[in-house]
Amino acid sequence: MTRRAPASYNGVVLTAPFSTPYQRYSIDTAHHWIARALKGSLDSVGLKKNQLDGFSVSSFTLFPDSAVGLTQHLGLSTRWLDHVPMGGASAGVALRRAARAVQAGDADIVACVAGDTNHIDSFRQLLSSFSRFAMDASYPYGYGGPNANFALLTDHYMNEFGATRTDFGRICVSQRDNALKNPRAVMQKQLTLDQYLKARLIADPIALFDCVMPCAGAESFLVMHEDKALQLGIPFARLTAAIERHNAHADDPMQLRGGWTLDRDTLWEMAGCTPLDIDVMQTYDDYPVIVMMQFEDLGMCEKGEGPTFVRDHDLTINGNFPHNTSGGQLSAGQAGAAGGFIGMVEALRQVTGQASGTQVKDAARALVTGFGMINYDRGLCTSATVLETGVRA
Amino acid sequence: MTDPLLAPPKKNPQRRSTSPTRPPEMRSRAALGLTAAAAEGRLALQCCAECATWQYPPRDACVACLSNDLPWVDFPPQGQLLAETTVQTSPRLYYRERVPWRIGTVKTDVGPIILVHIHPDVTPQSAIHLTAHLDRAGQGVLVAMPPQETSNAMDAPLMRELTADPKHRRVLLTDARAENAPAMAKALKDAGAAIIFIGESESWRPYTARAALQEIGVEFMPLDVTDTLSVQTLAGEIGGKTDILINNAQFVRPGGALARGDVGFAQNEMDVNYFGMMRLAQAFGPGMCKRTADEANSAVAWVNLLHIGALANTPEYGAFAASQSAAHSLSQSLRSEFRTAGLRVMNVFSGPTESDWFASLPPPKVLPQSLARDVIKGLQAGVEDVWSGDIAKDVRDRFRRDPKVLERELTFGGDGP
Repeated sequence: MTRRAPASYNGVVLTAPFSTPYQRYSIDTAHHWIARALKGSLDSVGLKKNQLDGFSVSSFTLFPDSAVGLTQHLGLSTRWLDHVPMGGASAGVALRRAARAVQAGDADIVACVAGDTNHIDSFRQLLSSFSRFAMDASYPYGYGGPNANFALLTDHYMNEFGATRTDFGRICVSQRDNALKNPRAVMQKQLTLDQYLKARLIADPIALFDCVMPCAGAESFLVMHEDKALQLGIPFARLTAAIERHNAHADDPMQLRGGWTLDRDTLWEMAGCTPLDIDVMQTYDDYPVIVMMQFEDLGMCEKGEGPTFVRDHDLTINGNFPHNTSGGQLSAGQAGAAGGFIGMVEALRQVTGQASGTQVKDAARALVTGFGMINYDRGLCTSATVLETGVRA
Repeated sequence: MTDPLLAPPKKNPQRRSTSPTRPPEMRSRAALGLTAAAAEGRLALQCCAECATWQYPPRDACVACLSNDLPWVDFPPQGQLLAETTVQTSPRLYYRERVPWRIGTVKTDVGPIILVHIHPDVTPQSAIHLTAHLDRAGQGVLVAMPPQETSNAMDAPLMRELTADPKHRRVLLTDARAENAPAMAKALKDAGAAIIFIGESESWRPYTARAALQEIGVEFMPLDVTDTLSVQTLAGEIGGKTDILINNAQFVRPGGALARGDVGFAQNEMDVNYFGMMRLAQAFGPGMCKRTADEANSAVAWVNLLHIGALANTPEYGAFAASQSAAHSLSQSLRSEFRTAGLRVMNVFSGPTESDWFASLPPPKVLPQSLARDVIKGLQAGVEDVWSGDIAKDVRDRFRRDPKVLERELTFGGDGP
């Protein structure tokens, strides 16, 4: 069966990137963090919340509320509403839907917000109710949570492709370098490769610095028509391509590739460019093995060459392959579902020249990839998005 | 090869005993099929009745054809270990106190990918043999074992968590006068039990098996399960070191209600078989529940010897069977109460045994040695239900096929007028 080529995202732009500071533990709720990020986005471009007519939310800790409850909680009256519970793939998925709503005229201005709180015990509680397959068939075995699941994927990847801990360490260390230029990052101390290698084991071969720090925080951006952004006179980025895929390659005994491999031709065709034309890439970095998988599956290198790719490239802001410039989740922290947004919001800042300390010089085209939801033994959701400079700040 | 488990040293009374904690117990309804099979020592997974696809984790619809007809079928246990990790830290207290904990991903020969506990004797990235056990939460879990048997495999800490092996444990057998007492004591001794306490009522009254028991080296303790004070007194004395309690006290007489002139025997049956179990549970249960994580000789299992008439009444012993139904029902209640501590209740169902009070019944009958062997095997496997002898298995299968049909089969009165 041949697939119809998707319609272009012509006219769709992203504006108003906003990230709250991240906090290790918070006594506040997800509602609090989401409201803060939404206000931050609106204030940054001088919009009032009654000018919004579309709203998309991603969060794990809103219970018992969903997007609907938030409309009344935050006093929003929208004609388009969405809830995207897809973890690390949330931003790409939320954006795809919002973009089509704007194109079709179902909404004029959509706010896409992701945020979560982190109480002392929330991570443990989130684990216990994450998914039915996890409850039935993964957590009873050692209860290592995602650390254990990714340890298995990492073990297999290392055996299959000869990756070493040093290769993964390069990713983590360069992201820490980037984080030192981002005042919002939770991690503010330099990390050396030696420290990385000597860190205590969490679930072999995963050690402390392979793991993200769960925290509280939120990320937000607005989606609207280019005409609207021009009329408001605000900086914006154009959406040129976006893909998503769920439960791909179900017959692979272990996950060595994600759903991107099924859709990347579509992505590059829509974007009208090649992987080589990307100025900055934001991957989903929980954990580093998934970063390598994204390099491979989006076409930065061949399958199995992730380790060589990170050996041959400088992944820091001023390097020859700027990657996760805000420090990513590994160094900036993982604020629940906001971990799925951190790359998108940073990419938006980059191509609109608003990244201040982490700015990659002349960044005009960014690739953002998302990966989410270890339902049982593998991540099910993948997304990827290409953004281009519209109007710089 | 696993190092043999050594007898644990005397406990330091100033050290904190590890509190009873459990792995996660929550499961979907579908997943309980794994538990039900593991409870009797079987490995079963869902196999689609329409398209014969094996699948795991348990689902409510076939992943290949969307059929809802997903029976649990005995599963071919061969597979290959693809990847593994050793969990070093966990937010769950049970694992936090037991790390490092080895888990892995298995590709089974017939298809499904399974996350498993890994036995220490398994070689990385090699063939494995899959087994199912109940964990401390009483839920079925899957374990990768080496494809060939290795020495002392059941001594590994993982297997001590999943089984109720009598090795190095202290056992109370409640009735020295029961016909199965010497065989039971001998089997426990052979299985490596550290101490075998045996309850003896009316010690002034002689019985022939006493010499044999003495020779095995049991410790005689005064115990009458119909006397609350006697049960409480003994619990006060040895309750803190009873790791396995095997209740073999049983009162049995033939006949249903009409064969007897009054309720005298029935009261005895209930007093020993039902209230006796309850007295023991009330006296020994709380203490055992507090000691379920107490090192190699922790409290681990509660064993009831039940007659298969507990499932469906056997009219020749109609009143006795009623007491067995009561005892069975109480055992399920105990199972629920003990499970929060991880203490296992194992029911051993048998047909008529080779004993005086079943003399009028035709064979087959269960020999004391067979019963004892099945009890030990059940403890070593860590199961919840044991079916000892052909009659017990026969009644079980008929009961599962159709309880009402079984009732009629058992209560045929012969050709009347």
